[in-house]
Amino acid sequence: MTDPTPSPGPAEPVPAAPPPDPSAALSLRGLWKRFGEKVAVAGMDLDVPTGSFFGLVGPNGAGKTTSLSMATGLLRPDFGTVGVHGTDLWAHPDEAKATLGVLPDGVRLFDRLTGAQLLTYAGLLRGLDRATVAERTEDLLAAMDLVADRDTFVVDYSAGMTKKVALASAMIHAPRVLVLDEPFEAVDPVSAANIRDILRAYVADGGTVVVSSHVMDLVQRMCSHVAIIAGGHVLAAGTVDAVRGEQTLEDRFVDLVGGRRESEGLAWLRSSSASS
Amino acid sequence: MVAQLVRLKLTLLANAFRRSVWQTIGLVVASLYGLAVLVLVVVAAVAGGTLDAATTGQVLTVVGGLVILGWWVVPIFAFGVDATLDPQRFVTFAIPRRRLLAGLAAAGVVSVPGAVTALAALGVSFAWWREPLALLAALVGAVLAVALCVVGSRATTTALAPLLDSRRYREVLMVVAVVPIVLIGPAFGWIAENVEKSVDGASVQVSVDGGSGAALGDAVGPLARLVAWTPFGAPWALPSAVHDGAWGLLVARLAVAVATLALVWLVWDRALARALVTPRGGAAAGAGKGLGWFSRLPATPTGAVAARCATYWVRDPRYAASIAIIPLLPVMMLVVGLTSGAGGSLMLVVAPLVAWLLGFGISNDVGYDSTAFALHVATGVPGRADRWGRVLPVLVVGLPLTVAFALVGCGVADRWDALPAMLGVSCGTLATSLGISSVVSARLVYPVPKPGESPFKTPQGATVATMVAQMAAMGIIFVLSIPTLGLALPAILLPQPALGWAALAVGAAAGTIVLVVGVRWGARVLDRRRPELLQQVMAFR
Repeated sequence: MTDPTPSPGPAEPVPAAPPPDPSAALSLRGLWKRFGEKVAVAGMDLDVPTGSFFGLVGPNGAGKTTSLSMATGLLRPDFGTVGVHGTDLWAHPDEAKATLGVLPDGVRLFDRLTGAQLLTYAGLLRGLDRATVAERTEDLLAAMDLVADRDTFVVDYSAGMTKKVALASAMIHAPRVLVLDEPFEAVDPVSAANIRDILRAYVADGGTVVVSSHVMDLVQRMCSHVAIIAGGHVLAAGTVDAVRGEQTLEDRFVDLVGGRRESEGLAWLRSSSASS
Repeated sequence: MVAQLVRLKLTLLANAFRRSVWQTIGLVVASLYGLAVLVLVVVAAVAGGTLDAATTGQVLTVVGGLVILGWWVVPIFAFGVDATLDPQRFVTFAIPRRRLLAGLAAAGVVSVPGAVTALAALGVSFAWWREPLALLAALVGAVLAVALCVVGSRATTTALAPLLDSRRYREVLMVVAVVPIVLIGPAFGWIAENVEKSVDGASVQVSVDGGSGAALGDAVGPLARLVAWTPFGAPWALPSAVHDGAWGLLVARLAVAVATLALVWLVWDRALARALVTPRGGAAAGAGKGLGWFSRLPATPTGAVAARCATYWVRDPRYAASIAIIPLLPVMMLVVGLTSGAGGSLMLVVAPLVAWLLGFGISNDVGYDSTAFALHVATGVPGRADRWGRVLPVLVVGLPLTVAFALVGCGVADRWDALPAMLGVSCGTLATSLGISSVVSARLVYPVPKPGESPFKTPQGATVATMVAQMAAMGIIFVLSIPTLGLALPAILLPQPALGWAALAVGAAAGTIVLVVGVRWGARVLDRRRPELLQQVMAFR
């Protein structure tokens, strides 16, 4: 891989990371991002094996969204490279983006379009032809339980429906890698189960899924691989079983990240609830 | 509660000054401007009161009535402009309603418009400084008037909140609100002229008594007497009653003002009680039919962007509002032309103005997309497709529209000889401003009202930075239009029809070149800076 990364300037801890893995679906090397004084991602190395269902977990502010944004071409890293199936994303963005499906967290949609229009728009932007777009739009609307709301403006969708239509528009071009930032937030349990089925089938057919989540239980049940990140670093990564060992993923996570309080805590809260 | 809410409001106000340098500059400029207007108004009132107290009182009654009316009506259109004390934000706190009401009322005065109104109301009372009793009545009236302003505006907005919760109603209102705002200028011109005329007429009649003050009094007098009986004018008319020694009138006007205050307080109380137990949302959802433009335009990325933009021009009130202005422009120009004596020839300005409005309308298109632009970044739409897709709908609709306005303009002004020059300037302006907009919107984004917000809301951090960006873009458009204008102006003004044909050729050629070069340049910039643009619009949240 050609590496156009400018050599990092002042004293930077350079761990001897192996070169990017061209067989991996996503291969991050030495990613750095600083916002003003705050270093959000500090030298992240991560390989997402092809065909894995990869969970990215971390406490609030760990750098999950920032690293996923850099891995999908939404945010230019200060340093470091991102390989998507061996293509350098930041050197050849158009090639790499064609194989990526992205569900960013906390961005708007073109919400004056109806659900069907939004999916059509996403499909056409990807350069698909009209017949393919129409066919996949129908399939996706059916898969996401949105057929009845196809002609409703997205601005009038509920939070869960919005998430689903955004997820659908990330999948319309049949990407090889799906990167989903908090895909299950606000989605009802039935839809979430349907989406999980879709994602599992996708992985079974050789696709790769990366999800970020707060819900350890979900990640432990759903994912084959997991990375725990905090403070902009990867603390542990590998198959779920290897990372959690004998513990549950949640206990392992708390052990690694720390921050559990053993104190008595809000004593007055208990007494007040007892007195009421 | 009162103290807490007032302190909250003061903290919010102070924080606004701290947010960014540009905003601080903007706020300081706005405050200085407000202060200057305030001083001017008070000085004028005191001077007027010294010369002719009765007439000044009548003018104050009419103007004051307009101020209260404004306080009641404007927030309905410009909702969301100041939502810091939205009752919905207090729903989860168990605050007794009476105390909340008193607190919100007191805090309502603590805002820039509130403070200006209060200071102005108290200040103009000193127009009556020669008559202590009238001064006292004026001060009482001023306090009542400010209370009516604040409580009345809260009452109307809270009572109408359920209506404003419906997205469709709200959006129609946003677009409709453009009409009065655009027509304010010409309306004032028309009123001023009529007053002038009636003053002229009156001064001829009463020239024996002399003094234009008496004449003005004759003109305003009947209006003031009428307004004094309305809830809006009553508090301002108290000192006039004292001045005239009409004690019965004083009691009656006081009763009108106090009764109105009690009524709006009651309405507000009821509305607040309902708002506190009614959660937001649940309004009917809007629905479209089929795929609209997406099935009619070519199935390419360019066609898709064009279809999306065409849909937005109609469906997004921020775009639709600027379309709503266009049919009003000729009306405005006609009114201004007729009142100022310029006649129909002012209609010649309409076509280039419409062309510029349309072309400049997309100069911050990425800012209007807001973070939805992430879709363009994630899909890696070629910059060329993005740029042409945004330009084409405007060009396809705007070109015939501009030509039509040029034809109408020449027809009304009866200047068919100016048609070639007009077409050259108008079409050249459309193409030039579209080309420049394509570059500017890839280079500079500035905060605009976000999707779903009122088009009149001034977003945080906008003001000065926005103005600088817009001025720069407009300057460039002007400079690039100089060759066409240089030929067209003499062609129209001298008049020199031969030059007009040259202007048409130069306008068309220069416009096309700027458009093509602008779109290509914009596309290259966009291809390079897409992630950075996205980060910029994300930062506006």
